[in-house]
Amino acid sequence: MGNRTIIPFGPQHPVLPEPIHIDLIVEDEKVVEAVPSIGFIHRGLEKLVEKKDFIEYVYVAERICGICSFIHGQTYCQGIEEIMKIEVPVRAKYLRTIWGELSRIHSHLLWAGLMADGFGFESLFMHSWRVREHVLDIIEATTGGRVIFGSCKVGGARRDIPPEQMRWLLSELEVIEKEMRLIADIFLNDNSVKHRLCGVGVISKEDAIVLGAVGPTLRGSGVADDMRLLKYAAFGDLDFQPISRPEGDSYSRCAVRCAELFQSVDLIRQAAAKIPEGDIAVKVTGNPDGEFFSRVEQPRGEVVYYIKGNGTKNLTRFRARTPTFANVPPLVKMLAGCELADVPVLVLTIDPCISCTER
Amino acid sequence: MIEEQTIIAVMPETLAAETRKMKEQGYRLVQICVTRLGEELQLDYSFDLNRRFVNFRFRLPKTGARVPSVSGIYWCAFTYENEISDLFGVQVDGNVLDFKGTFYKTAMKHPFIQDAAPAPVPAPAKPGDQ
Amino acid sequence: MAFFQMKKMILAWTFRTPVTTKYPFEPRKICPGSRGRLDIKISDCIFCSLCAKRCPTQALDVDKVNKKWHIDRLRCISCGYCVEVCPKKCLHLTGDHGIPTVTKDMETF
Ligand code: SF4
Ligand code: SF4
Repeated sequence: MGNRTIIPFGPQHPVLPEPIHIDLIVEDEKVVEAVPSIGFIHRGLEKLVEKKDFIEYVYVAERICGICSFIHGQTYCQGIEEIMKIEVPVRAKYLRTIWGELSRIHSHLLWAGLMADGFGFESLFMHSWRVREHVLDIIEATTGGRVIFGSCKVGGARRDIPPEQMRWLLSELEVIEKEMRLIADIFLNDNSVKHRLCGVGVISKEDAIVLGAVGPTLRGSGVADDMRLLKYAAFGDLDFQPISRPEGDSYSRCAVRCAELFQSVDLIRQAAAKIPEGDIAVKVTGNPDGEFFSRVEQPRGEVVYYIKGNGTKNLTRFRARTPTFANVPPLVKMLAGCELADVPVLVLTIDPCISCTER
Repeated sequence: MIEEQTIIAVMPETLAAETRKMKEQGYRLVQICVTRLGEELQLDYSFDLNRRFVNFRFRLPKTGARVPSVSGIYWCAFTYENEISDLFGVQVDGNVLDFKGTFYKTAMKHPFIQDAAPAPVPAPAKPGDQ
Repeated sequence: MAFFQMKKMILAWTFRTPVTTKYPFEPRKICPGSRGRLDIKISDCIFCSLCAKRCPTQALDVDKVNKKWHIDRLRCISCGYCVEVCPKKCLHLTGDHGIPTVTKDMETF
């Protein structure tokens, strides 16, 4: 038995774009225990509902995270619509689905780049982000924002995608899909990548459930659970089966994300083929009175909003449980027993989004 | 309607036993949430099994709130329990990984049970002033 | 098991020009429909101050008496809410993002 040493990891570390701190207790090269600590950038956005009215708060909700911004706005709007019993036009639901899946593609490509950077594959990092730039171009052309879409509002959508733009979107998607095939091929088949990922950070199916893992971390452990099965937005009309892999190691989490890239492309195609004509928004009158737990699948997993209104224009409580918050305990379990050199890779396999976590 | 949500009233004393039952049935702990309702706090423990959403709920007084920890049952509860103790001042007894108020580094103690400060939003700057 | 899967991509990109632009020398191409700088057609404005009331960041200030409309550019998040509520439709978002600034000034129209 070697000496025990504590090595601080973060809050500033080359693989971390955002501050999370982990105390790694190591024995020789093995991590025996990890103690996480967050809270460096807690912004108190949940408290801000007391100042902003519920319509304005969409803009705040979207800014909880810079990557899954659209889905945050969507979750919030769905929660309010559920409380106020607003029936959203079908076209708006389809638009939300399309934008949500576009944001999933861009988020997974961003993760792919960071992951490649994490295990020292710089050129793959650059190429992942080059492809992501195409997706951002589509997003900018259809919504007006590159990262903060701002196209979701309570009662529907704020913008429409006209038919010719939809055709352009689909043709661009074809190009992106080809590029993504090349990138996914490297992630899934390259020897040096597999060498870093296979068998590292294994989480069994039972552990994943007990530890409350969500999203690709849960599905990478063989649990086919995906909030899109709740059939919110247009998912009820689309052919959708969650992707899962049984191994539970870093490679399987990576493979789940790579497969989801193509699944999202497929979902956008289905939605574009089925999207009906019609209005994109309904008028919202009155104030929310009631409560709802709004759950939506983000690129990183299930997000839960608890929204409670009291009949005034300010909500009583807005609570966001973001996917990374739920994925911190599985990460801590993964880290115990791993090699010190694998720590950056393991931290990245849960796709951490710390600013999300610290609403 | 997106989904059915079952809300079950429990007592703080029976919380641990009820939670253990949920774990045995294979539920996943989704979240723990506190809501301030005037001088009371409402605690919600949410669980999910194959997208069946079950929520335990009880109320506590705002000052001196104490709950038993469920982190011995669901280890992952330690994050939520540290959160409620840091932001709402709920005393959690028996948390397996207790950060003792340092999980969130906030400028103010228990910020979420404080009354809203009067108008902290600055008025728009008038032209000419810097 | 395959070794060096990257080779295809590396070979292809050896003969291509970079996808990046030389930014300050070459302007960024403006995407139609992008939400950028807020612009006002002041001759149409009736100074009803609806835009200032609704703006989520309090970036706008409307002086009804002197018929002036002020905007704090650094506060504006280009959300476009004011554009939607303006009864005269005299506001719109341009595709460009304005020039960098070192002072926090209000711009007056
Ligand atoms: S809402 Fe339109 S018309 Fe009214 S003050 Fe603003 S810019 Fe002028
Ligand atoms: S675009 Fe949004 S932030 Fe900017 S002035 Fe208009 S309402 Fe305010």
